[in-house]
Amino acid sequence: MSSKRLTIALAGNPNSGKTTIFNRITGTRQKVGNWPGVTVEKKEGTVFRHGYELKIIDLPGTYSLTPYSIEEIVARNYILDETPDVVIDIIDASNLDRSLYLATQIRELDCKVMFALNMADVARTRGSKIDANKLSELLDVPVAFTIGNKNEGIDELLSMAIKWAETDTSNRPARRVQYSKDIEEAIDKLSQAIAASAAGKLAYTTRWTAIKLLEDDKIVRERLVEKTGAAAEGIFQLTASLRDHLRSRFDDDPEIIMTDERYGFIAGIVKEVLVNTNRQRIDMSRNIDLVLTNRFLGFPIFIFFIWAMFQLTFTLGEYPMLVIETAVDGVSAVLAHLLPQGLIRDLLLDGIVAGIGSVIVFLPNILILFFCIAIFEDTGYMARSAFLMDKVMHLIGLHGKSFIPMLMGFGCNVPAIMATRTLESEKDRILTILITPFMSCSAKLPVYIVLAGTFFGARAGSIIFAIYLFGIILSMATGRIFRSTLLKGADAPFVMELPPYRAPTLNSLLIHMWDRSKIFLKKMGGVILVGSVIIWFMTAFPRTVVYSKDYAAEAARLAAAYEEKIRTAPEDQIALLKTRKDEALAAIERARHSERIAYSLMGRIGNALAPVFAPLGIDWRGGVALVSGFVAKEIVVSTLGVLYAAGESDDSDALRTALKASDMTPLAALSMMVFVLLYLPCLATVIAIRRETGSLKWMFFSIFYSTSVAWLAAFCVYQTGRLLGFS
Amino acid sequence: MLLSDVREGQSVVIDRIGGQGALRRRLHEMGILKGTEVYVEKYAPLKDPMELVVKGYHLSLRVEEAAQISVCDVKTGLSPCPPNG
Repeated sequence: MSSKRLTIALAGNPNSGKTTIFNRITGTRQKVGNWPGVTVEKKEGTVFRHGYELKIIDLPGTYSLTPYSIEEIVARNYILDETPDVVIDIIDASNLDRSLYLATQIRELDCKVMFALNMADVARTRGSKIDANKLSELLDVPVAFTIGNKNEGIDELLSMAIKWAETDTSNRPARRVQYSKDIEEAIDKLSQAIAASAAGKLAYTTRWTAIKLLEDDKIVRERLVEKTGAAAEGIFQLTASLRDHLRSRFDDDPEIIMTDERYGFIAGIVKEVLVNTNRQRIDMSRNIDLVLTNRFLGFPIFIFFIWAMFQLTFTLGEYPMLVIETAVDGVSAVLAHLLPQGLIRDLLLDGIVAGIGSVIVFLPNILILFFCIAIFEDTGYMARSAFLMDKVMHLIGLHGKSFIPMLMGFGCNVPAIMATRTLESEKDRILTILITPFMSCSAKLPVYIVLAGTFFGARAGSIIFAIYLFGIILSMATGRIFRSTLLKGADAPFVMELPPYRAPTLNSLLIHMWDRSKIFLKKMGGVILVGSVIIWFMTAFPRTVVYSKDYAAEAARLAAAYEEKIRTAPEDQIALLKTRKDEALAAIERARHSERIAYSLMGRIGNALAPVFAPLGIDWRGGVALVSGFVAKEIVVSTLGVLYAAGESDDSDALRTALKASDMTPLAALSMMVFVLLYLPCLATVIAIRRETGSLKWMFFSIFYSTSVAWLAAFCVYQTGRLLGFS
Repeated sequence: MLLSDVREGQSVVIDRIGGQGALRRRLHEMGILKGTEVYVEKYAPLKDPMELVVKGYHLSLRVEEAAQISVCDVKTGLSPCPPNG
């Protein structure tokens, strides 16, 4: 006890107000990361109170500690392996039965636990009062009252936790669930066997191990084998016979019987501590749901909310985006002015500044989006949106909550993929991440506009719509296929709580928003920076280009020839000749630039890939443009502009004229649009996939899958079109 | 009678939870036990999933999941319902 550092873990049901309490304690001094090896969010913060350094860990919100979901495994392993000094179980006072279910399970872990009875004020308005002293006495744990969203009782909670941590409880028998006679006998027998052959080898008590074995807990079985080796076999045999005995005795699985008995035990406690329950209460939440999940109004309102979120994210976000773009341009202009010509300047301007710029420009979108999502989550509307959409999403083998990330994909895939954090099941999350890139993001739109506008004229709108539709259909097909193959099974059951609506606090909305955006800035910034430098390197090297002709000499010759003409020309033609001269010089410069790109590493890759693109009707220039689109899809248009020597990249009219004059056919343009729709996501998205799936494997799989699908689809479009006689 | 057959606004008592594995256990852990009273609050606009009130909180369940739960009527008190507790 000499060191004054304590670790306190917060456990509790989802929606119990746990995160609010965590935010109240730690404020902005919190670290958000992932639990090792999984993509479950881990939050911790350190605060100093009463002379102690308190490390606060926010465990994932769970209803139970059975190892069925990652969250539950993470929470349980943390309590078992890291042995925090105190576990504070947040009890939702208006949901006593279910909160106590988790509490009894934490109790069985034999850790030092105390309760925070949260939101008792809400419970009181609902007509129920809880006798905290009685609860404390019955379960032999300290109980504190808290009202997280009003910041009440937080200090007392911490003082109690510190006092509890310093109390020696080693001699006090823990008051725990007593099961029925048959089960207690089985637990005793198994405990003795475990004590005999594995004493001292296990970190947990024999009683808990016995209970978990009787419940057929896979993880405890694995650990037993790890620790005791061959001795485990005998224990497993005994377990199997005891389980058989209990099954025949109760006509059901022992784990179900034990769950029932825990609830029986809880019912006894609730009966004693809950006083004065009158059921006549005004339930605001129910009234709100009469409208928000109404048979007729539910969908229109949902669509309106989504539309509003979309508008805010991408329309309102555009203004700060412009400001940031201008600022980045300003910085690069200043640098260009200050630095001497050369490699360092190019690296700094075209590589690093452009790279940082390309990331930071998404920040307003990300902030607004996460703010909106925080509102949805904190009010409880997120669960309702899943409730409304589940039927549709279930057809693709997904959970109702997958709808929002997929929809966001139409704006930008980066926030969309980050929005999958709201999904609880990892399989659902990965599946959603894999199909979201098929939602055509807004950066691809300029490509369609140029190609469809050039080759399809008045039908351009329908063609672009068809492209979007094709993306949606493919994502649905992919969802179905992957759900029945790669990510089989565990289509998460829709056993989902619809929590009461709550007014969100600005404090917690801002913390939510900032936590998630910070991850985006930190982790993605670094990797994207490196990626941009690599891409820059590929377009800028080799530095010395061996040109097919001497452009400088040709430009000088042309300039001289025009000068000559201008000198002899009549007064009224001088202006005309001057523009002609400028045009001719610009054309030479473009040709030189085009050749330089073809000569660069990037251009060589495009050229090397020409045979791959040929069956799609795409020539080497299209190939280079597509490869460069890996940085950002908008770049496809500007690269096309350079390669088709059409003048300034944003002058789309010139590009259209040049494309029309080239040998590209409408069919080839359609094939290219299909390819752009489906092929590998942009660098930022790829990094987001890496971050959110937590594995390189899924990142490469996504790249490989989307690109193969793109090639196949474009191939089918182009070759079928040719067979049908289109060109 | 199955829970999926119960109409909006009706209360029933859980009799037996079928199915297997994780879902069955999860339902028990969420407090859907034999003898528990369940009120069917509503069905989603697309008729799936459904919203229940159990032990004072609101829970949603897909219809196909509810089809594995057999229930009996509180009011008519059909025979398979044992006394609560």
